[in-house]
Amino acid sequence: MQAQRSSSAAYAEIAIEALIRLCGFSAILFVFAIFFFVFWSGADFIIHRLDLVQFLGSEQWYPTSISNKRYGTLALLAGTASVTTLAMLIAVPLGLGAAVFISEFTSGWVKESLKVVIELLAAIPSVVWGFIGIAIMNPVIIKLFDAPIGLNVLNGGIILGLMSVPIIVSIGEDALKAVPDSYREASIAMGATRWQTVYKVLFPAARSGLLAAVLLGVARAIGETIAVLMATGHAVQIPHSPLDSVRTLTATIAAELGETARGSDHYQALFAIGVLLFFLTFCVNLIADLLVRESKRK
Amino acid sequence: MSAVREQSHAVFQATAVTLANRSRERFAVRVLTLITTLLILPLIAIISLLVAKGAPAMSLEFLLAAPVAGMTAGGIFPAIVGTLWLVGVSLAVAAPIGILAAVYLNEYAGDNWVTRIINLAIVNLAGVPSIVHALFGVGAFVLFLGMGTSILSASLTLAIMTLPVIIASTKEALASVPLAFREACWVLGASRWQTIRHVVLPNSISGILTGVILQVSRAAGETAPIMFTGAAFYLPFLPQSVYDQCMALSMHLFTVSTQVPNVPEAIPYATALVLLGLVMSVNLTSILFRSYLRSRRKW
Repeated sequence: MQAQRSSSAAYAEIAIEALIRLCGFSAILFVFAIFFFVFWSGADFIIHRLDLVQFLGSEQWYPTSISNKRYGTLALLAGTASVTTLAMLIAVPLGLGAAVFISEFTSGWVKESLKVVIELLAAIPSVVWGFIGIAIMNPVIIKLFDAPIGLNVLNGGIILGLMSVPIIVSIGEDALKAVPDSYREASIAMGATRWQTVYKVLFPAARSGLLAAVLLGVARAIGETIAVLMATGHAVQIPHSPLDSVRTLTATIAAELGETARGSDHYQALFAIGVLLFFLTFCVNLIADLLVRESKRK
Repeated sequence: MSAVREQSHAVFQATAVTLANRSRERFAVRVLTLITTLLILPLIAIISLLVAKGAPAMSLEFLLAAPVAGMTAGGIFPAIVGTLWLVGVSLAVAAPIGILAAVYLNEYAGDNWVTRIINLAIVNLAGVPSIVHALFGVGAFVLFLGMGTSILSASLTLAIMTLPVIIASTKEALASVPLAFREACWVLGASRWQTIRHVVLPNSISGILTGVILQVSRAAGETAPIMFTGAAFYLPFLPQSVYDQCMALSMHLFTVSTQVPNVPEAIPYATALVLLGLVMSVNLTSILFRSYLRSRRKW
């Protein structure tokens, strides 16, 4: 029977299957390429002149100082950490609450339209969020808190929190959906209310999936660039209150890359921050992925 | 009659514990409803504020004219054209690679460690910060491959960044084609690729299209990846080829709201409104299309 097919068709099929395989593996290739090129672009500085203790432990980021250039990212790390923490304080209760509500207390068209709302919230571009931070939140914060400037941790945290909510809702809802209905039925049959079922049965059963949802929200908050660049002000400092301006790791790259000479230490130091960010988000995503896998196995 | 009612009343009398549980449940539901409403509010607030403050500046001239007087007046036409270029080129690159990658994962890949690593790579590709994608674009496309800051460099960066969107939704579309369809085809003597080409892809094409539309909305909204790879603050001419730089809506909004002094308030609002309108309508199309497909599916 095989002979009925022309050999050129057979060759074409071999070629297309090879192409499919290549595309299938392309994601691995791209992740390696991203790491390689970001590292390679800053390699000279990272390997020869980067003082790792200073890079991670000093809060002095003076890349343009004439006499004494210092590349400490501690203040930038603190900026990222403070904004991310505030964002999660907002996004975790809102996100998990909405996930529970949508998954357990709604059905039919209400459920579908709420999911659409969440999807649309996720679709708002980060530059639009940043613009809202500048144009709307900034004057509101100045007025409410009598602050000198409204572009600060509070502004960035609220914006980032709202940006991270959709991912927490959708992953969290998946995690709750993955709990078999028999768990719910057993709990209701025992006389538990739906709310008791949620926090006594569903939360423990979906624990790893919900944790993964939170972690992916964290990864989103760490990696967000334009919105925090616009909403947090431009002060490289360790914040002491939510009303202090900060600058995050991502915002530093975006703000300074255009102004540095290609190949200079400053330029390469920004790529070193890129490597740091790559590792940070890689680890968070890896842990989240392992948690999702574990929750699916159950 | 009243005896029966009294008796049943006695049987179903709620204890104090049950009543407490019930009121706790009512309270919990109220809090959860409040939380969910809190999420709908910003969406409505943002859209209505942008419409209210951007509408006065909105006109056909705003859409079809170039910015003038140091971007403090005029329109956004070059930015719209630039966004279309970036989205079009990135789509042309990302769609075939993403669709074939999903075909591999759904139709060829076994359940083994190689597949696990590929999936992990896709998760990470989606998780890498957008500014790191930008650094990659600068290192790989702009400098190493010598494409310079151009539409090509920016679009390739966008394509790699949005690849996971296409892969995820195509995989879902392919997985929704029942195995029986493939088996029927194999039994007739068709090869694996013939089955994919003539049965699996035609039956999932609309689902795949949904993912492609989503990629468009994602690519149109991104700013960080195109900042240093091809988007310009201001260009006096429209791009002629993929080797030119271009303006972009997202970049333009960033520029007029942070970099240029004395811009009349309405201009950034109207720019934001156009960008949000574009992204939202594309997204909504994709969502409606998907729900229509789900309702129509016969298997």
